[in-house]
Amino acid sequence: MSIVVNENTKVIVQGMTGNEGMFHTRQMVQYGTKVVAGMTPGKGGQAVDGIPVFNTVASGVKATGANASIIFVPPAFSADSVLEAAEAGLKTIVCMTEGIPTMDMIQVKHHLKGKNIHLVGPNTPGIISPGKCKMGVMAGYIHKEGTIGVISRSGTLTYEAVDHLTKNGFGQSTCIGIGGDPIIGLDFVDLLEMFEKDPGTEAVVLIGEIGGTAEEEAAEFYKRNMKKPVVAFIAGKTAPPGRRMGHAGAIVSGGSGTAAQKVEFLERAGIKVVDYPEFIPQEIKKLLKK
Amino acid sequence: MKIHEYQAKQIMAAYAVPVPKGGMAQTAAEAKEVASRLGGSRFVVKAQVHAGGRGKGGGIKTADSPAQVETLAKAMLGSKLVTPQTGAEGKVVHKVLIEEAVDISREMYFGITVDRARECVVIIASKEGGMEIEELAKTSPEKIIKEWVDPGIGLKPFQVSKMAFALELDPALRKSISPLISSLYKLFIEKDCSLAEINPLVVTREGQVLALDAKLNFDDNALYRHKDAVEMRDALEEEPLEVEASKHNLNYIKLDGNVGCMVNGAGLAMATMDVIKLAGGMPANFLDVGGGATVDMVKNGLKILISDPKVKAILINIFGGILRCDTLAKGLIEATSEIKIGVPVVIRMEGTNVEAGRQLLKESGLKLLVAETMKEAAQKVIASIKQ
Repeated sequence: MSIVVNENTKVIVQGMTGNEGMFHTRQMVQYGTKVVAGMTPGKGGQAVDGIPVFNTVASGVKATGANASIIFVPPAFSADSVLEAAEAGLKTIVCMTEGIPTMDMIQVKHHLKGKNIHLVGPNTPGIISPGKCKMGVMAGYIHKEGTIGVISRSGTLTYEAVDHLTKNGFGQSTCIGIGGDPIIGLDFVDLLEMFEKDPGTEAVVLIGEIGGTAEEEAAEFYKRNMKKPVVAFIAGKTAPPGRRMGHAGAIVSGGSGTAAQKVEFLERAGIKVVDYPEFIPQEIKKLLKK
Repeated sequence: MKIHEYQAKQIMAAYAVPVPKGGMAQTAAEAKEVASRLGGSRFVVKAQVHAGGRGKGGGIKTADSPAQVETLAKAMLGSKLVTPQTGAEGKVVHKVLIEEAVDISREMYFGITVDRARECVVIIASKEGGMEIEELAKTSPEKIIKEWVDPGIGLKPFQVSKMAFALELDPALRKSISPLISSLYKLFIEKDCSLAEINPLVVTREGQVLALDAKLNFDDNALYRHKDAVEMRDALEEEPLEVEASKHNLNYIKLDGNVGCMVNGAGLAMATMDVIKLAGGMPANFLDVGGGATVDMVKNGLKILISDPKVKAILINIFGGILRCDTLAKGLIEATSEIKIGVPVVIRMEGTNVEAGRQLLKESGLKLLVAETMKEAAQKVIASIKQ
C-alpha cells in the first residue's frame, strides 16, 4: 500500500512543454507513472511523445480522466496554476516550483481549505510510491517497494536517507517532500496521520530542519495518536540565526525554530532522533523488532 | 531582503505613517547640513546598519547643535559598530540618519509578520515597547496583543478597534492610532513584506503618535514584482563573498569555522555542516550548488570557498540525482586544472553514476581524499586539518 499516489494515479503535467516539464515528464513516464496529459496555454493540440497537450487543465481532465496534477511553472504563475488544478476538480496537486511569494501561498491555502485537496509542496522534490507512481524529480532507482514511509522538508537529504534505507533492505511505501517554503500544503501531521492509517506502512522516517514549528507539532501528534515507530533527523544545528539557509522556510527567527528545540520536542515525545542520516536504518531495525 | 531604517521610514511616510522629521547623510558635512535644515535644538544621530541593538553599541546618540551632530557623525561614519546582533566583528557604518529629537511620554510595540502555523498575517502590539519583542514574549507574554487576519477578507475595522482599546489609549490617541494600524497593514500586503515593525511606537509629550524606529523586511520570493524595493538593496551591508556567489546563482552563507563545504541541496548542506561540528570541527560556510549544478557552478563554488582565508580544508558532499556523479567529477577535475586549491579536499559522492565518478577521480591523479559516508567524510576532513 501507499499514500496519496499509487498505480491508479493519472497525471496531467502543467507546464509540460517547458524544459523542466518535458525532461521530467519523460523521466516520470520511464519510471512507469501514468502521464495522460500535458497543459500549456496556447499549445493545445500539440503532443509530447504522444501525450496530448491542452490549453486548460479542465479540458485536459475532461478528455483524459487525469486525477492528479504536477506543476512545472515559473514562480510568478504557480499559485494560479494550483488554483486552476483545484478548480478542475483534481484532488492531488504536486507543485514543484521554488520561489512562490508567501502572500500568494497564503491566498492559495485559504482557498483550498475544506476542499479535501492533497497539495504537495511547493518547493518540493515531489512524491513517489515506489513501483507504482513517481510525481517528482527524484531519481527513481534509489527507491524500492517496501513498508517505510518517508516525510521530509528537503530534497537531496531525503535521497540520502532513502538510499541508506534501500541499501539496508528497507523499501518504502511512499516518500514525500513536503516542501522547503514557509507556507506549504500537506504537512508532517497530515502525513503522519495517513501513514498511521496505511496498512502498508510499518514505520516512518521524518526529516526536518530549522524554521517554523512543523516538527514540534509532529512530536505532539506522535505522542497523542501514533503507534507506529518514527525515526527523525533534523538539519541545521549549526545554522546561524536570522539567515535563510537555502530554503525560504529554513530560518531561525527570534530564538524560535531552532534545531535544538525540535530535537528536544521529538525526543520528549518518544521519537528517536539520529545524529547522522546513515544511522536511520539501524534504528528502524531496532524499533521494528520490538 | 532587509533595508535601512531611513528607507523604511520613507516607505512608511508614503503610507501616511507618522515618522520623525529627518534625513540621511553619508558624510559629517552632510549630517550637519541635515541638522541645520531640520532646525530646532535637539537632534538624534542614528547609525544605519542592518542589525538591531544599535543603542547598546553606541550607534544612537543625541546632540544639541548641528555642530555637535557633525562631530558625532564624523566619529560614527567609517567606524565599526558592535551590537548584540552583529557578532564580535561588528559592522562598518556607511550612513547615518539625523532626526529631530522628540520628548517621549510613552513607548509601545507594533509589528506585522506572517504566522506560519496559522498560515495568515498576524498583527502584534504591546503597551510596552523599546525592548525586543521576543524578550517581552518570554518575560510577560500577557502583555502581547495579537490579531490574526483572515486572508479572504483582510483586516477589519473591529480588529483595529480591538487593538486600539487593548493598548489602553485615551480617546484622542485611539483615533490617531487606528489609521496607523490600517496603513501599516496595507503597506505590508502591497509591498510583500515578511516583517514590518515599529519599535518603539511612541506617544510624544505633545500627544502625537510617531514611529520612532522602523524596520521593513521583504519576502525575497516576491522581489520580482517590487523593483522599487530592490533598488533599496545596500550591497555594502552584505558579505562580499555572498554577493559574488549570488552572481553565479550559488547559495552561499559565510560562517566562522575553517572547514569549507560544498553540497547539492539546502537540507543536505545544513546536515553536512552539522556533521562537521559533530566530528569536532566548525563549518566555514553554507554552500548549496543546487540539484542541477553545472560544471561552471562547481568551479565557481570552489573559487569562492578558497577565497575565504579561514578555510583550511574542503568537504564536498554530493548526492547525485539529476546531477550525475560523473558530471561532478569532470567539473572538479576541470576546476582544479584552472585554480590552485592549496588545502586538502575530501569528497563524498553517492547516487547516480557514482562508480563512473569515482573512477574518473582516481584516474585524474588528483590528490583527493575519498569517503563513503557523511560521518567518515567529516572525520577525514577534520583529520586532514590536524595533520
